Amino acid sequence: MSESGPKRITVATAWLDGCSGCHMSLLDIDQRLLELAQMVDVVYSPLVDAKELPGQVDIGILEGSISTEDDLHKAELFRERCRLLVSLGDCAVSGNVPAMRNLFKLDEVVDRSYRENVTTHPMIPVHGVPALLPTVRPVHGCVPVDVFVPGCPPHADAIWYVLCELIAGRTPDPSQVTRFGA
Amino acid sequence: MSRTITIDPVTRIEGHARITLQLGESGEVADARFHLTQFRGFEKFCEGRPYREMPALTARTCGICPVSHIVASNKACDDLLSVTVPPTAEKLRRLMNLAQIVQSHALSFFHLSSPDLLLGWDADVGSRNIFGVMRLHPELARDGIRLRQIGQTIIETLGGRKIHPTWVVPGGVSEPLPAAKRDSILALLPEGLEIAKRSYAFFKTLVPRFAEEATHFGTAPTLFLSLVSPRGHLEHYDGMLRIKDADGRIVEDQVPPAEYTRILGEAAEDWSYMKFPYYKPMGYPAGVYRVGPLARLNNADACGTPYADVALAEFRMLQEQGPVTSSFHYHYARLVEIIYAIEMMERLLKDPDILSTRVRARARSNRDEGIGVSEAPRGTLMHHYRIDDDGLITWVNLIIATGHNNLAMNQSIRQVAQAYVDGNRLREGMLNRVEAVIRCYDPCLSCASHAFGAMPLLVELRDAGGQLVDRLGRG
Repeated sequence: MSESGPKRITVATAWLDGCSGCHMSLLDIDQRLLELAQMVDVVYSPLVDAKELPGQVDIGILEGSISTEDDLHKAELFRERCRLLVSLGDCAVSGNVPAMRNLFKLDEVVDRSYRENVTTHPMIPVHGVPALLPTVRPVHGCVPVDVFVPGCPPHADAIWYVLCELIAGRTPDPSQVTRFGA
Repeated sequence: MSRTITIDPVTRIEGHARITLQLGESGEVADARFHLTQFRGFEKFCEGRPYREMPALTARTCGICPVSHIVASNKACDDLLSVTVPPTAEKLRRLMNLAQIVQSHALSFFHLSSPDLLLGWDADVGSRNIFGVMRLHPELARDGIRLRQIGQTIIETLGGRKIHPTWVVPGGVSEPLPAAKRDSILALLPEGLEIAKRSYAFFKTLVPRFAEEATHFGTAPTLFLSLVSPRGHLEHYDGMLRIKDADGRIVEDQVPPAEYTRILGEAAEDWSYMKFPYYKPMGYPAGVYRVGPLARLNNADACGTPYADVALAEFRMLQEQGPVTSSFHYHYARLVEIIYAIEMMERLLKDPDILSTRVRARARSNRDEGIGVSEAPRGTLMHHYRIDDDGLITWVNLIIATGHNNLAMNQSIRQVAQAYVDGNRLREGMLNRVEAVIRCYDPCLSCASHAFGAMPLLVELRDAGGQLVDRLGRG
């Protein structure tokens, strides 16, 4: 979305390997969404239709861990184009549940789904899908991150606090409002 | 020269996907594929975990409908314990499940799909989203936000948090419902019902405008699968499986969910992380079926609540005879279900038994295998576990609501693309229609990637030799 007038703060969000719960917690700010829409332009997100991340974005927010080549590419692109990069939620911050597959060989995990737990047509998806990385990593395992917001998911109030601080140009201290597993 | 169009990512859906359209010699759409691009691996990495961790772990398949996984997982655990859940606990679980139907359907209709319905398929890409709806239709946007908030608040009141609550446990729920909480939930319902009825009445006036879309958005014949109550009524928590065919004939009825493998099989393809469930007697890939709100309303003999039954009668009039076959009417069905869920929550809360403190059956594992099935917002959800003598998981199979719709979604995008996409004169609005039919199904790709992948939507044009000719990006 865009409006005329002075340059507005731009926000981009993406979900990598996670459950979308952090984005849902962001939506749980409820009526404050209307306020948010007054303060920022959401220029790229699963919630809007832009297909390309703009060249320069003020605040980038990543949910989820890095599990595929696409996730890695998207994290690198966010880092390159966003002035501030936020790791939102435990999967982004620590790997969390997606990283539980690191205890197994990737082949075993894939075989269970596509060779063992099928009735017919066993085959491994390779066309039109991004390759899976052998190890799931948190976002900062691949690119530098500026702000870490743990929680599974972080509470809507915590997300609102972090957003307001960043929009106001201050450095938030998420440890005041959220923690791992919160 | 044949080409491929890639739509990547598919936006305003929950998860990561891309769509590819294969064009024929003269630019017509020859085939279309919906690719899920995320893979999680729950079916393997849960191995070795105590079964009691499964509800909290599998909730993390999806932050949109965590309650569905919590319910199905706990039902599979009840099965492992071989216990009967106390009646009050069952009602409380039903309550939370219905609250989730409200919030998830509100998200699908207002936050994700209303931009297409209110602003138009061809509206400016930059404002065709919920923020654009806030500017042009602020009352509707506020209603949507409030309705979702009411659903989420009920979940929080019951379970302590809106996303990934831990209150449902194997054998029942962990805490009974205090009277004060019952009253605070009851106080929210009249406003919720007003919004639901108002939104439904408004949408009814819009439906005639989309007569053309309704004839192209996934009308090919399929079966419909859902749970129904023992009386054949709409059911979201328990009950038996029913399958109707496209002509409305019941082909399977009162099938115990534990026997799902008798009627359902799963296949894999090498181009999507989402598997392809099918109706076994018809084989793969002929055994296409749909699940979710459309299937549930087509299968149910009645809703069993007053306003929802009126709306159900109106829903049935969308088509002259037989079940409602257009996937466009998933939206309609979703609004009917919101009304039903609010009416049913009120009924449950007014049951004198709802405050009983007998809410948990306690036992250790008494069986090696457990199956839990419930209706998630998007359709029938199946959790199937095996454990060893120490109660540690040895094997898991999950069939997710969105997965059941995989064959049908692929069939639908092919139909819409063939109706609207002209490969020689590509316009953004054409591609948005292809995405919009996917939005009808409200796929949850976080869920569907439990085993498979997440889905970005991408449109590419390829020639007959598979060479990339064009790729449409937006934004």
